[in-house]
Amino acid sequence: MLLIECPWCGPRDESEFAYGGEAHIVRPPDPANVSDEEWADYLFYRKNPLGDHQEQWQHASGCRRWFNAQRDTLTYQIERGYGIGEAAPGGEG
Amino acid sequence: MIEPNRLAAGGRIDRGRPLGFTFDGKSYAGFAGDTLASALLANGVRPVARSFKHHRPRGIVGSGVEEPNALVQLGSGARTLPNYLATQVELFDGLEARSVNAWPSAAFDARALQGLLSRFMPPGFYYKTFTWPSWMWPFYERQLRRAGGFGVAPSEPDPDRYDKTNSHCDVLVVGAGPAGLSAALEAGRAGARVILVDEQQEMGGSLLGSRVKIDGAPASSWLDSTLAQLREMPEVRLLSRATAFGYYDHNFVAALERVTDHLGPVEGPTPRQRIWRIRARQVVLAAGAIERPLVFPNNDRPGVMLASAVSTYVNRYAVSPGRRVVVFTNNDSAYRAALDLADAGSEVVAVADLRPDPKGRLVDEARRRGIELLAGHTVVEVKDRNGVEAVGLMQHDGTSAFGGTRWTECDLLAMSGGWNPTLSLYSQSGGRPVFDELRACFVPGPSTQAERSAGACNGEFTLRGCLSQGHAAGAGAAAAAGFGDGRAAAAVPDVDDGKEGRTRAYWIAPGAKPVGRSGKSFVDFQTDTTAVDISIAAREGYESIEHVKRYTTLGMGTDQGKLGAVNGVGALAGMLGASIPEVGTTTFRQPYSPVTYGAIAGREVGELFDPVRKTPMHEWHAEAGAEFENVGQWKRPLYYPQPGESMQDAVDRECLAVRRSVGILDASTLGKIDVKGPDAAKLLNRVYVNGWTRLGVGRCRYGFMLGEDGMILDDGVTARLAERHFLMHTTTSGAASVMSWLERWLQTEWPDLRVHLTSVTDHWATVSINGPNARRVVAKICHDVDLSNQTFPFMSVRHGEVAGAPARIFRISFAGELSYEVNVDANYGRRVWEAVVSAGEEFGVTPYGTEAMHVLRAEKGYVIVGQDTDGSNTPDDMGVGRMVSARKDFLGKRSLTRPDTLREDRKQLVGLLTDGGEVLPEGGQIVEDPSARLPVPMLGHVTSSYYSATLGRPIALAVVKGGRAREGETLHVPLADGRSIRARVASPVFYDPSGERQNVE
Amino acid sequence: MSSNTARRQSPLAAFMSRAEDDEAVGPAGVVISERPYLGHLNLRGDPADGEFMGAVERTLGFALPAAPNTVFCGEEVLALWLGPDEWLIITPQDGQGAVEDALNAALEGAVASVTDVTGGQTVINISGRNARDALDKGCTLDLHPRAFGERQCAQTLVAGVGVTLRWVDDTPSFDLVVRRSFAEHLALWLRDAALEYGAAVG
Repeated sequence: MLLIECPWCGPRDESEFAYGGEAHIVRPPDPANVSDEEWADYLFYRKNPLGDHQEQWQHASGCRRWFNAQRDTLTYQIERGYGIGEAAPGGEG
Repeated sequence: MIEPNRLAAGGRIDRGRPLGFTFDGKSYAGFAGDTLASALLANGVRPVARSFKHHRPRGIVGSGVEEPNALVQLGSGARTLPNYLATQVELFDGLEARSVNAWPSAAFDARALQGLLSRFMPPGFYYKTFTWPSWMWPFYERQLRRAGGFGVAPSEPDPDRYDKTNSHCDVLVVGAGPAGLSAALEAGRAGARVILVDEQQEMGGSLLGSRVKIDGAPASSWLDSTLAQLREMPEVRLLSRATAFGYYDHNFVAALERVTDHLGPVEGPTPRQRIWRIRARQVVLAAGAIERPLVFPNNDRPGVMLASAVSTYVNRYAVSPGRRVVVFTNNDSAYRAALDLADAGSEVVAVADLRPDPKGRLVDEARRRGIELLAGHTVVEVKDRNGVEAVGLMQHDGTSAFGGTRWTECDLLAMSGGWNPTLSLYSQSGGRPVFDELRACFVPGPSTQAERSAGACNGEFTLRGCLSQGHAAGAGAAAAAGFGDGRAAAAVPDVDDGKEGRTRAYWIAPGAKPVGRSGKSFVDFQTDTTAVDISIAAREGYESIEHVKRYTTLGMGTDQGKLGAVNGVGALAGMLGASIPEVGTTTFRQPYSPVTYGAIAGREVGELFDPVRKTPMHEWHAEAGAEFENVGQWKRPLYYPQPGESMQDAVDRECLAVRRSVGILDASTLGKIDVKGPDAAKLLNRVYVNGWTRLGVGRCRYGFMLGEDGMILDDGVTARLAERHFLMHTTTSGAASVMSWLERWLQTEWPDLRVHLTSVTDHWATVSINGPNARRVVAKICHDVDLSNQTFPFMSVRHGEVAGAPARIFRISFAGELSYEVNVDANYGRRVWEAVVSAGEEFGVTPYGTEAMHVLRAEKGYVIVGQDTDGSNTPDDMGVGRMVSARKDFLGKRSLTRPDTLREDRKQLVGLLTDGGEVLPEGGQIVEDPSARLPVPMLGHVTSSYYSATLGRPIALAVVKGGRAREGETLHVPLADGRSIRARVASPVFYDPSGERQNVE
Repeated sequence: MSSNTARRQSPLAAFMSRAEDDEAVGPAGVVISERPYLGHLNLRGDPADGEFMGAVERTLGFALPAAPNTVFCGEEVLALWLGPDEWLIITPQDGQGAVEDALNAALEGAVASVTDVTGGQTVINISGRNARDALDKGCTLDLHPRAFGERQCAQTLVAGVGVTLRWVDDTPSFDLVVRRSFAEHLALWLRDAALEYGAAVG
């Protein structure tokens, strides 16, 4: 059972959160004018890295805020959550 | 009753409380404070089990969680529990236990004959033998399952309560031996919130079974005063009879507390067992160490025991497991057992020490007491009849024995192959044990979580060292959690711990003959893995211990290799000529020791299994005799049977009532989201396929929502209540996910939109009144709204009062009839429902359930998202492509022009009509030619199927490849019984295709 | 409204009427009761918007709590932080209409919303020396006084049911704001969790 730090409510049990997958995926601003390949890349392709991974989480059973967090996919260490509009720790993403 | 091996005095048993119990049907006596194992030993019961594979008679080897043999089935009937260790079962009056792997008893086992076949069961036997021919596998599997496993699961519902709880602490200490107690004391003094868990009935760990002195007094006085101090601390929680069985991510540790197991069957609200889910800032592991057996021929005979267990039985339980004893060791600690037995009046015939030159304080003490010390000796054979009778001793040169065999008569062989720190929790925390050559054992490596080890589990085997590591770990953990400066506040007590000699590891004791030519030398008693099995695995090319483990079953029993795993690693290393770190250690997994399913389920059983949601009218439905169905967590009336009615009868009656007069449906479960703000219409435009800007105030519109992949996510009617205020309806099951979906877009992509969403599903009770007489019913209890078609048309909303309660009334319909959906504050829901029922009495108003609702909507061809759709359907697939706006972007729009969504042969919604009276099975596959060659190409499947009383025939909805172009074609639905039903493709709208009925005057 | 209110039903009406028939189990370590018909309003607005905060303060007579998971207890009205732009306003019985109207008037034209959720929620109180023990069985939040005390609230799960938990006093006593449809299940669960300590309902 992970302990995840909500930027608003502090550390809470994993059961209170919903997972949103990879963060920092940019929706094409004009979908009508992107190629099928670009749209498929946006829709389906994800990094699946070993190590640091920037993810979206929602504190679903708490303050209901979506936020970003960096999780190490090997150790499950989670860096403190950061705001949706903010850059990832270490400037990546 | 006489207990032949009970000592006259001493021990921690209560001789004032004699207890009676049965084992394999025979009655015995013991005392309060005994375990089942100590009582069996006191009674001289030798074979207590049969081994797993060879059905060899087995005796008690250990005194605690490490016991590999003495598995018992406890109790009988519904309360029976398999796989309990006799060494951990506290005796109570009337306890019933049976051995688990023998029939009819451990002393006489009918299946022991299997042992004669064991030479034909080499390692990898299953893999080699049962894989060919493959069609025989079901037969093999049945036979193997019959032979395998321990114990019997109860077949009746468990009458006991089991519970779970969550707990938090600054410092969790696992193990209440000298190190753990010291750590808890320091952390508690620093002011930290401490939980100390210990698996035994009494705290004290190794101190309970030894005669050491602390500060010049018996260890029990230090123990008593330490426990008294801990009990005084309000922020220290002591949990005994609690096994920390799992260490998970982020310092989450689970412990199983056996609350009433030791009392026998208990009625009432106290749980039998409780799982503690502990989140700790810091963890101190003080789990102790487990003594290693030695590997030599016939080392599994009843009467061969761990030396430390022998000491524990003598000192703690006042039981002498033998009268003539040989001690066999490679280290100093076993000399304590020799001294304990000698002081208890047994004759210690000899100590056979594998080391050529044993020295140390305990060795000197044994010499001084006149115990014969045979240095550089090994045990080459054990003679037994119902237990050890004699052992054969020889000198050895490090690799093999030489000289003559000296036969020594004895009834107990106490062995010690050194000590294994208990690393299970450390390993589960993510740590990797490292091998320490000096101490000849694995010890903890670096920490990967906020934990530290102290005492014997850290490779520290002296009492003085355990106490001092415990103090340091407790103070250090408290400081790391923010309490104190990390320095131990109390002085470490003084212990007269003499210097011990080094342990010298012999993973397989040197023998007189090569491995395999003498009696079986067991490495893992529980899984019957022998030294030969490991040598075969090595010879066949297995080099990794993880592979050898699976090939030989080493360490795969319920004890998870507590005794055997490290000897196995050492033996394999020796055979491969590799170092122990090269061979590695196996991974320890949760649980450390078995956990009952009852405890894992806890109170999530029966009516508390999962949250139940009820509508405000629930009690009315129940009183009306409704049958309920689960819709997500909601309980919804499925139908309301009248006396003598079948489900079909009731559903037919309910459907006809709606079509002919009036019916009412509890629609309160529908998801409702309040959408407010200047950009409310803009949000709706972005999430629905259709447009919302020009929807007038007071009007409603039906919409589809898509995922970004273009597939239908949800549907429903949304009403504009004011310029900047909409009420969105979602499906019952999609309510929560739609709310999260919208919040996600608002918070992550569109924070500039000025819109607020509030779930109001629970606030509104919804009474849906449907049928040609609906208006007449509503008119009787609503006087301030003009209900006529002209002023209150279909797809609009009005505010008024219904039965005295402020209401929103929607002209929307899922049945295709004249319909009013009355929404009131849920506190008034039941009252308004009852008012509708009495107002409708003269029209025969009929409450109807979800089944009739499904039939009515299917007659109209209305889809249910999640039933007729499955996440792979576009609006066009469902025949509503015309709703999709070409003028705006919305979520999922781009995907509607992907090559895949434009395919001609996508599955499309159609109706199916059968010629006979047969209702097609939902989920039935649709094919063109049922007699086509296998595999028959599938065209689609039936999504909804009912008998329609209104139409007097079965109807079905289905998705079929290129379905709309197939209208009029006859297709086939093959059934599991080999028959096939013919079905004609039709329009999905079976009833009132022009939609006149929802506008009757 | 009196003839109206006489025939309304709180979410725990059925549970309470059934619980009366249960025999008391020794001295109660836990007491479970409902605070029915309190007014519940969901308030949304931007705390950085001074006009919004000012208008609410003038209307309620106190400032909305800005710190996450805190409560302001006014003389009659409570405000609980639910999110960075969301609060729950709890009023005395039948007081929600007046407060809603006053807030709507004060917030005219502002990007803010007030939504009446009175019928959709209720408050279950759990108190007594073992109240925390009973809650711990289904709640992963640390409810120790060092971690959760005066003026604190939190949205969390209790036995899988979403609740807004509020510290009331150090009896200990906690209020659980719960959605109506889940209320009976939560009450049943709490009573079951409390049984071993002696549970009283009412």
